[in-house]
Amino acid sequence: MMGSVATTDQIPPFERFYLSHRDEVLGYLRRLLGQRAEDAWQETFVRALRAYGRLEHGRHLRAWVFTIATNVAMDELRAAQKDARTPIVDEPAAELRQDAFKELEHLTGGLPPTERAAVVLRYGYDLPYVQIAGALGSSEEAARAAASSGVRRLRRTYERHT
Amino acid sequence: MNVTPELDAQFRALAVREGLVDVRYDLIASPIGELLIAATERGLARIYFDPAGQEDELARLFGVRVLRSPIDDVRRELDEYFEGKRQEFDLPLDLRAAAFHIEVLHELARVPYGSTTTYGTLAARVGHPTAARAVGTVMNRNPIPIVLPCHRVLGANGSLTGYAGGLDVKLQLLQLEGAILA
Repeated sequence: MMGSVATTDQIPPFERFYLSHRDEVLGYLRRLLGQRAEDAWQETFVRALRAYGRLEHGRHLRAWVFTIATNVAMDELRAAQKDARTPIVDEPAAELRQDAFKELEHLTGGLPPTERAAVVLRYGYDLPYVQIAGALGSSEEAARAAASSGVRRLRRTYERHT
Repeated sequence: MNVTPELDAQFRALAVREGLVDVRYDLIASPIGELLIAATERGLARIYFDPAGQEDELARLFGVRVLRSPIDDVRRELDEYFEGKRQEFDLPLDLRAAAFHIEVLHELARVPYGSTTTYGTLAARVGHPTAARAVGTVMNRNPIPIVLPCHRVLGANGSLTGYAGGLDVKLQLLQLEGAILA
């Protein structure tokens, strides 16, 4: 038993980590980003590899790589939103939404990846839960739960800091 | 959602090109069985006769950023060697992880193709004529067999003595080189 604890703490060779997660990370990004997923997937594993040598233990590696993937996807979505913006901005609602999204993106940085994606997609992109569920590969119920748990967590964090 | 072989190869090549890998390795087929070759940015660092599970050993020696990726120059030179078309290797080597043995390994690298020497001779060449047994230990732990030709080192009475890849492999390599008759 003690031996198995030591084994999970140990950082596996990157090759083994990569083989364990490459497919599910691509699936996740494909649901979030569609056709643009491949570049984001490559960026995710490049970032992971850059940081891999500085990891202090091998626990929660799956959550860790999903956090990176979520961050990369958020960067992609933000860039895409910027590109889509028309130069003539006479619609205040769009401007407001843009600011709200930026704010949200910043605020949600500390959330677990699924909650963060659910919160950003729901409140930043105004996507219905049925689509968020599709993006997260979960049920509509689970997407709703992730978003509300993310919001609760944000509120707790906010309250602690005021 | 499976990563395609093209995307996978693209990532591996990028990781190596960007210098993000501590050690890369590949598996190659050879007449003496499958070999695992491993290289750092400095050069060829390891050849294993038994590829299974060596990723952990590589991580321990060089760092956890271990990634499988083709090592074209090593593969090509080994292929040529096994086809009998190459007598000397022209590969950069990384012997950092073998620092203690480095003097003996450098001397070993000078033993020519198609010839043999003995543990005692090698010991004498590095200035320790009585250290044949210690030289045997260094041979036994040779990080880059074949390229550093410990198969060319025999006992004083001409016996094959020992080999990490098995005595049959030692014999096969010496026969390939024409050092002994098939």
